[in-house]
Amino acid sequence: MSAPTFDLGKLHGGLRLEGRKAASTALEVQVLPVPSQLILPLTQHVGDQANPIVGIGEKVLKGQMIAKTDGSLSAPLHAPSSGQVVAIERWPVSRRYGEPAPCIVIECDGEDNAVDLSASIVDYKPLSPDELLAQILRGGIVGLGGAVFPTAQKLMQAITAPLEYLILNGVECEPYISCDDMLMREHADDVLQGALILMHALQVDKCYVAIESDKPEALSKMSEALSVIDDARLVLKLVPTIYPSGGEDQLVQLVTNREVPSGGLPTDVACVVQNVGTSAAIYRWINHGKPLISRITTISGDGIAQPMNVSAPFGTTIADIVKFAGGYTDRADQLIIGGQMTGKSVTTDDVPLVKATNSILVLSELHAPGEELPCIRCGECAAVCPIQLQPQQLFWYACADNEKQLREHGLIDCIECGCCDLVCPSHIPLTADFRTAKGRIRELADEKARAERARARFESRNERLEMEKQNRDDELQSQKQAVKKTGPQAIQDILDRTNKDKED
Amino acid sequence: MFSTVLIAVSIITGIALVAGLLLGYADRQLPANSDSLVASVNDLLPQTQCAQCGYPGCKPYAKAIIESDEAINLCPPGGQETVDKLATLLGRESLKLLEENSMPMNQSVAVIEENLCIGCTHCRDACPVDAIVGAHQMMHTIIAAECTGCELCIAPCPVDCISMVSAA
Repeated sequence: MSAPTFDLGKLHGGLRLEGRKAASTALEVQVLPVPSQLILPLTQHVGDQANPIVGIGEKVLKGQMIAKTDGSLSAPLHAPSSGQVVAIERWPVSRRYGEPAPCIVIECDGEDNAVDLSASIVDYKPLSPDELLAQILRGGIVGLGGAVFPTAQKLMQAITAPLEYLILNGVECEPYISCDDMLMREHADDVLQGALILMHALQVDKCYVAIESDKPEALSKMSEALSVIDDARLVLKLVPTIYPSGGEDQLVQLVTNREVPSGGLPTDVACVVQNVGTSAAIYRWINHGKPLISRITTISGDGIAQPMNVSAPFGTTIADIVKFAGGYTDRADQLIIGGQMTGKSVTTDDVPLVKATNSILVLSELHAPGEELPCIRCGECAAVCPIQLQPQQLFWYACADNEKQLREHGLIDCIECGCCDLVCPSHIPLTADFRTAKGRIRELADEKARAERARARFESRNERLEMEKQNRDDELQSQKQAVKKTGPQAIQDILDRTNKDKED
Repeated sequence: MFSTVLIAVSIITGIALVAGLLLGYADRQLPANSDSLVASVNDLLPQTQCAQCGYPGCKPYAKAIIESDEAINLCPPGGQETVDKLATLLGRESLKLLEENSMPMNQSVAVIEENLCIGCTHCRDACPVDAIVGAHQMMHTIIAAECTGCELCIAPCPVDCISMVSAA
């Protein structure tokens, strides 16, 4: 067994946040019973929506593919339980920037009959990376750390670059969230087996499994599992408990001491990062034929009666999960899907659990932000920014809508971690402002590109019209010339002919 | 001593004279570089090519601003923002946007109701950015991604089958 190592790069800024994870890790992961109805959005991933391949009224089995991809950036969807499709319609969902999304609604029959899982089991070792990735794509697997980028496509993009390291992200640095922690405690072997599959797909021979130092139990379980597997290519790495060390680029920096360039990807420094949950999901799909139909999610916060981690099928409503966890307490004030720092506050619990939902938080009003005051330019935000941006300066430019300066000051690299919000003594919602400003920059860039295209088309049209006019003029000129040249002769010919006729 | 000063003064005077003559010649003989100025004005215009300014497109308007001192407040799609930017660029006084007989265009695109189209090609020829596809006596259609929303195709249509819809 290889001992956990500490030779790490350094992260700028960041925060030591109170973990608040003990409440939800006291119990084992609880399995939620299948509810009577499942609401499955077709957009549970980054990219285009999946296309339904079942009709209304059709019976489906657990694990059956119900929506497919058609080659674009997308991921297929599988039925989490058996039952009947009763609707394909728009439904409010907890997407980060969103309105109601098209969903497949399944009325469960309670029997939980599964398709023949053994049919999709493959032995990955003789497969080429491309074949293996195609198989991973069919499993509907997406990044379970919260970004939900389709895993197969991320890997396909990655293998076009030279790679050295696979990094498994078991850091989970946001307060309250403990689903990856519990996964590593209870299914360490799945995670590590998944890493072996990923290493085969990526053709790399070094894998760092990064775990935050506040998870000693997960670490010991992972070490145990590692000693059983006994593969020297897998190395456990402890990373310090600093938020946001679990950010993809931040983790690369911590583990390999390489900085991902501005606007770049970890593949630019020969690394690929995968969440531990994704790794386990890949193992279950490849080795057991189980597609991604459920996940572990943390339900916690001071507004919930019994914080815990639950394993629930996708499509279960948040209300059902809250009820399972003992319901709301009197102090419950706001409902957040995702983490405290990066999650989204929602106004209804009638939204489904999706692939991205790593946590459900119910917080009391103690956590509500204070009144916004003017910026005093104290620079606290710059001290904690993990990307080494100057949030106070960016805030200035965002208020002035100064696109050029926002670009120059690297707004586009902001990972929206929320550290600056938390330390701001004036309670300025910096991250929200930056998110808006980013949207505005994108809009302006689109507008500019459009104007540029219109200008080019207008000019080429004018050139064309000019050329056509020139051609017409030339044609006319040459016809005139021809008439001038042959005209008198032709008239003479006609006169001659008529004279001859008269004589006859 | 005196001669040294004289030599120095005459050399400097000579250089100044030659340089002055050269510059004077260049000023008279070489054309002013108004092209780059037209291009930078054109860059600020929204490129809808809608002709609401009275010129047949953004570039001709830009040319008129530079060459014939046309007013800078004739572009409704650009809005007051564009007028202000032009004023800053050209060092002119910012004017209020002139909005008689013109409507602002808010990200709309033209759509041809295709079952009514008779294939007369009038709209196609009116489109300043070649965003309408169609041949004589064939149905026409608009390439939505290229349409600037200038509305120049609406008036020529003999059967009124073109309407504007929101681009979003």
